Amino acid sequence: MPDRPMIEIQNVSKFYGIYKALDDVSLTIGEGEFFSLLGPSGCGKTTLLRSIAGFETPTAGEIFIDGAPSLTLPPNKRPTNMVFQNYAIFPHLDVAENVAYGLKRLKLSPEDEKKRVGDALDQVRLSSLGKRKAHELSGGQRQRVALARALVMRPKVLLLDEPLSALDKKLREEMQVELRTLQKAVGITFILVTHDQYEALALSDRIAVMFGGRIAQIATPKEIYQRPRTRKVADFLGGMNFLTAKVLGEQGNAVSVDAARFGAVNLDKPHGFTAENGHVTVGIRPERLRLLWDNDRAPHELAGRIENRAYFGEVTHLTVGVDGLEQPLSMVETNDHGADDLPIGAEIRLAYDPDAFVLLAEYEAVRRV
Amino acid sequence: MSVLTQRLRFIPWLPVYVAVYFLFLYLPILLLPVFSFNNAATTTFPLAGFTTKWYASLAGNSVMMEAAWNSLVVGISVAVLSTVLGICAARAITRYRFRGQRTAAGLIMAPLFLPEIIVAVSLLMIVLAIGIELSLVTVILGQTVFCVPYAMSVLVSGFEGFDRSLEEASYDLGETAIGTFRRVTLPVVAPAIVSSLLVTFTISLDEFILAFFLSGTAPTLPVYIWGQLRFAAKLPGVLALGTIMLVASILMLTLAEILRRRAEKRTQLALMLP
Repeated sequence: MPDRPMIEIQNVSKFYGIYKALDDVSLTIGEGEFFSLLGPSGCGKTTLLRSIAGFETPTAGEIFIDGAPSLTLPPNKRPTNMVFQNYAIFPHLDVAENVAYGLKRLKLSPEDEKKRVGDALDQVRLSSLGKRKAHELSGGQRQRVALARALVMRPKVLLLDEPLSALDKKLREEMQVELRTLQKAVGITFILVTHDQYEALALSDRIAVMFGGRIAQIATPKEIYQRPRTRKVADFLGGMNFLTAKVLGEQGNAVSVDAARFGAVNLDKPHGFTAENGHVTVGIRPERLRLLWDNDRAPHELAGRIENRAYFGEVTHLTVGVDGLEQPLSMVETNDHGADDLPIGAEIRLAYDPDAFVLLAEYEAVRRV
Repeated sequence: MSVLTQRLRFIPWLPVYVAVYFLFLYLPILLLPVFSFNNAATTTFPLAGFTTKWYASLAGNSVMMEAAWNSLVVGISVAVLSTVLGICAARAITRYRFRGQRTAAGLIMAPLFLPEIIVAVSLLMIVLAIGIELSLVTVILGQTVFCVPYAMSVLVSGFEGFDRSLEEASYDLGETAIGTFRRVTLPVVAPAIVSSLLVTFTISLDEFILAFFLSGTAPTLPVYIWGQLRFAAKLPGVLALGTIMLVASILMLTLAEILRRRAEKRTQLALMLP
């Protein structure tokens, strides 16, 4: 949990007619935290961000910004600034005028204003482009202008609405690094809305995964990837092999299950866990399964055969059929041993770590978090 | 193949057709300035020599000057009124989604396709039925009805790309609603508005039928010109006046088109994703 709360969202709901865009959402975001709202389109993440900015008024609930109840404040009175998805660069102004836009109302001396604009442009490495117009800028540059224009206001919270979605892959990866560096440098709270799980994992201190107007899980990137609470969260964050397992017994905070061909597996029991008809869903990430070559031995092995193979450059994705499992397993292998040359139908052995299994609730069971 | 058909094959038919087409379109209009500088009271060839006396005579013609003044008053009023109404309509059409939107847009544009004389007669009937005296005011009202569709089509193309997030960005940066309108909305759509003013002013300046039916005793320039055509001696003066109006119209419409394109480019660039 964060040290000092900057944003407190309490039981916020937003209805459009009978459609619930946000359904009783509560969460706290700390000062200086890089927080991501992650989810598929229509999950309510943008509505939540726009509620913090003041562009949407929740139907119920309260939002505190730095301790102050803020729902009655219009966007221009909130200590938040936003980077819009399409950047919304003012087309009739040049770069420096765009950045100075919000400062004009502060009635600074011309020297102070010039200095702050210059500093903000330095921060995003655009100092040489102050006189350019919006249409003379590349996508990455437009994004930097939008960032500088927001940061120059020295907000307590910077809101970013899918800021990288319009950029091509290479530029997006560069900007991810830059965003993270920038956030560390200015030290303020960043709230990022994204549907790209890799972006959220790479940038955030914590992530809230949202589905259908509700928060499914809030955790650090590592925890949310390795210990997803529900099948839906696990699925959204990347590949996962799902198995139905029979509950053998419960002891304190642990559950022992029979994971078909994987044998008996001990798992952490999530809060409020109940097994339906004595069966649960467990999952293991594809990269936690490992191919065994020639004389390799492992404490936990399974035999299978290659059913499909897809080459991805640095890795190969394998689909492996195992007798006694309903679904074939997905695996990801690096190509240093020749996984990319395995023929379809080849008999292989694979190793797994029973500790890598995670117990997953069906979505409905842990909707309230 | 005969020699004739062989020769015919080498005549560039398409360019010839285009040349004839443009000649047909523009020759009559080109004759207007030519005869307006001709030192003779009749419009016949050969030309009798160069003179600017017809232009000079216009300055001393007080009736004509009054008609010109009337046209200016009507033109400016119509331009402002129809552009203001057009702004409201164009904003509603481009910004909001509502029931009957397409129908509303269609009904606003409809006067463009109605026979003008029918519109003029029905307006005259209503004006007389209500008992309003015919004056420049009735001309202004009638021409405004007729000009709103033109204003709207120019404005819609300027507003279409205007992205709501520009206004939101302005609020977000601390600006008020009024400040946002002044600092963002107006400058971004200004070229479209100026373009609409120019187009509607030009249409009003040339408009005859509505002005003829609704103007009462104060004629606008087109109505004055029509009245002068009965007197052969006045023809060169009318030609000079026509030339001036022609040049003014072309200049204003060119400027309007340049501004409209600039407005379109601006708003589209604001929206354009990299």
